Amino acid sequence: MSTDAKSNPSNGWEPKIVAFCCNWCSYGGADSAGMGRFQQPASARIIRVMCSGRIDPLHVFNAFLEGADAVLVTGCHIGDCHYVNGNDKTKIKYKYLENVVRELGIEKERLQLNWISASEGEKFANFIRDVTAQIKKIGPSPLKPEGVV
Amino acid sequence: MSDNKSTDKKGTDVKKDDEEKRVGVFVCECGVNIGGVVNTKAVADYIGTLPGVKVTSVNKFTCSDSGQADIQQKIKEHNLNRVVVAACSPKTHEPTFRACIEQMGLNQYFLEFVNIRDHCSWIHMWEKEKATEKAKDLVRMGVERSKLLEPLQASEVPVTDKALVIGAGVAGMQSALDLADMGFQVYLVEKEPSIGGRMARFDKVFPTNDCSICILGPKMVEVARNKNIKLMSYSEVKAVDGYVGNFNVKIEHKPRYLDVTKCTGCAKCSEVCPVEVPYDFNEGFGTRKAVYVPFPQAVPLRAVLDKENCINCKACAKACQSGAINYDMQPSFTDLNVGVIIGAVGFKTYDPEPRHDFGYGLYDNIITAMEFERLLNAAGPTGGHVVRPSDCKEPIRVGFVNCVGSRDKNTNIYCSGVCCMYTIKNAQLLKEKRPETDHTIMYIDIRTPFRAYEESYNRSRNLGVKFLRGRPVEVKEDPVTRNIKVRVEDTLAGEMRNLEFDLMVLATGIVPNEGIGQIQQLLKLSKAADGLLMEAHPKLKPVDTTIDGVFLAGCASGPKDIPYAVSQGSACAGRATILLKNKKAITEGITAVVDPDVCVGCQVCISMCPFQAIKLDETPYLNTGIKKANVVKALCKGCGTCVAACPTGALEQSHFKNNQVLAQVKNVFKFQEVVA
Repeated sequence: MSTDAKSNPSNGWEPKIVAFCCNWCSYGGADSAGMGRFQQPASARIIRVMCSGRIDPLHVFNAFLEGADAVLVTGCHIGDCHYVNGNDKTKIKYKYLENVVRELGIEKERLQLNWISASEGEKFANFIRDVTAQIKKIGPSPLKPEGVV
Repeated sequence: MSDNKSTDKKGTDVKKDDEEKRVGVFVCECGVNIGGVVNTKAVADYIGTLPGVKVTSVNKFTCSDSGQADIQQKIKEHNLNRVVVAACSPKTHEPTFRACIEQMGLNQYFLEFVNIRDHCSWIHMWEKEKATEKAKDLVRMGVERSKLLEPLQASEVPVTDKALVIGAGVAGMQSALDLADMGFQVYLVEKEPSIGGRMARFDKVFPTNDCSICILGPKMVEVARNKNIKLMSYSEVKAVDGYVGNFNVKIEHKPRYLDVTKCTGCAKCSEVCPVEVPYDFNEGFGTRKAVYVPFPQAVPLRAVLDKENCINCKACAKACQSGAINYDMQPSFTDLNVGVIIGAVGFKTYDPEPRHDFGYGLYDNIITAMEFERLLNAAGPTGGHVVRPSDCKEPIRVGFVNCVGSRDKNTNIYCSGVCCMYTIKNAQLLKEKRPETDHTIMYIDIRTPFRAYEESYNRSRNLGVKFLRGRPVEVKEDPVTRNIKVRVEDTLAGEMRNLEFDLMVLATGIVPNEGIGQIQQLLKLSKAADGLLMEAHPKLKPVDTTIDGVFLAGCASGPKDIPYAVSQGSACAGRATILLKNKKAITEGITAVVDPDVCVGCQVCISMCPFQAIKLDETPYLNTGIKKANVVKALCKGCGTCVAACPTGALEQSHFKNNQVLAQVKNVFKFQEVVA
């Protein structure tokens, strides 16, 4: 499947994107996208955690190893964290995470951070649409299990 | 403590290993919301093939009585010990299904809720096949996670039976009065020197056109008199800490520069004060002194000295017979402990000045409706005579422009809801006062949805108020007469019209109040894209917030008219009473847990925790010589930030353990099942 998709990314191949969402903001944003019927590609699989601060690099690496075409780290806007400042810590952690992922040779489009509030349904939908388009352009993850020894 | 933890942990571990997982999966069609897009039967059939899934069921409405009965019956029939519900958002119905399985003797945390409506069917309406595939993935993720779920106990916290109400407009006052009448101690904090809020400034209120301050005034006095209400005017909330049932709040009392216990509100000080500044209560029309009583019906009826404009001439101190003036007053602070907080922080009207909407700020004879309101008011700057600012003449031809700062992509897209009605009311009032006047209301749509509103609309038409559907496209001032010349398309007649008015009034919409951002951050609330605060659920929990014990009333959560704001004030009081009366609140059982066998005492987690919920044990653990981290469950809010930061993996977050999260990550991908 992956070779097929690589040769012709427009043949209906849908990337698989793992989106980590915090319970209070970005998960609510995804809900709001639903309530507002903001249509988006069926690429994202949302995993809910209580706070973006809970998102462990372990979770992100595992997602890539399992074959995620992209991994999204999302949370509340800075200053709006339900737990005072969990997202500040996410921001710091994310910098390191980004460096490691780059060093592994994974394209920058495949790991993205975004702050989305519970009311920003349209923003959530646009984010998923944008990321999906970017990933469709660069094709499936080089770490797809078929390619991993 | 550490003993406790290890048995706790081991206890659940043992249980987890022993028990065979028997999962029941209930796929909801939500009428056609899900069923119309996702092939629910295909999802159920596929999920039924997964190991551990003993039964699957598709329901039209799983949340209905029959749907819940189906879950309970299947739990019994198949001896299920895990339940997966694939339906809407856990924010809507997780509590429903938790209660449902708990009734059958299952731990409520054995429920896994999968969102296949908001996150699937609603956002992939035109891609039925892809939506079905995605739903299969999502439910598979949920099933695998459910097998790893562990039992938890929700904990009970005591609730202090006192309430804090922020904002003493009509909504906040209603909340405070209702709670006080039920016998609870209420602290009512108002940032302005007087309570009353925006309603105190209105002249008359629609649809009955009764005098605003005449109906509000007695309520204000009642607030001040009520023994259970501690009124803190000219005060602001500076810090909020704690959680439902036990909020610690710091209130700053801004200095009035006079002793309120001595001041009698006689306003002798104002009489002698030589400084005059624009009177904000009259929307900048007329002046007030630097030391002044906010308005004649102010509660508390006390003066306030505006230090910014004071020239320190000390005339007021000499004039004050009770010796109340104190120029050296400093801000003071009060610490409160309350069980619930009601935010009624109000609104302000849209300011058309910066954008010069419809020429406002460029031409004198264009004013806002709030300014018009003060001109109409008998206690206003002109004693109730509506005059135009350029020459103080009483206007004959008055134009009203609706939807200024509302229903406009350039400002606010939402409808403020009240402007049609107040414009109709304002036109009526002036028409009644001076029948020779001529009124034209330029509108997009006229919206009069509530009781007696349409009747008021009809009444204004009968009085001769003209309605013109269209927005001015050009506004100019005649340099000689200072009249306003408007070019407007009459969209019903399909022609351009050139109109001339002596005065034009802009119906400015409702926008978030100043300081709403600060309150949002203090209370940890969510703000919507329009800048207003978010309720927990737009329909079913309109006054609750996502923060337990915090409620919202009035325009802080969206434009509202007075009856709606008052209802919300009462609704908040009712919701708050549930907690105050029960004297206890149930909090989530989700917390961080330390495995002392793995912890090396590095204390990284301690620096991560914003709630100071992690402490180092006082004595070394067993014979290791190392003091281990210890989570104080009562303080832990269960965010899991410490867990992600722990370098040794000694910390886990219950209900979001690494293996539970990773089970979801792994099951995003289909080939997993091939491998397995």
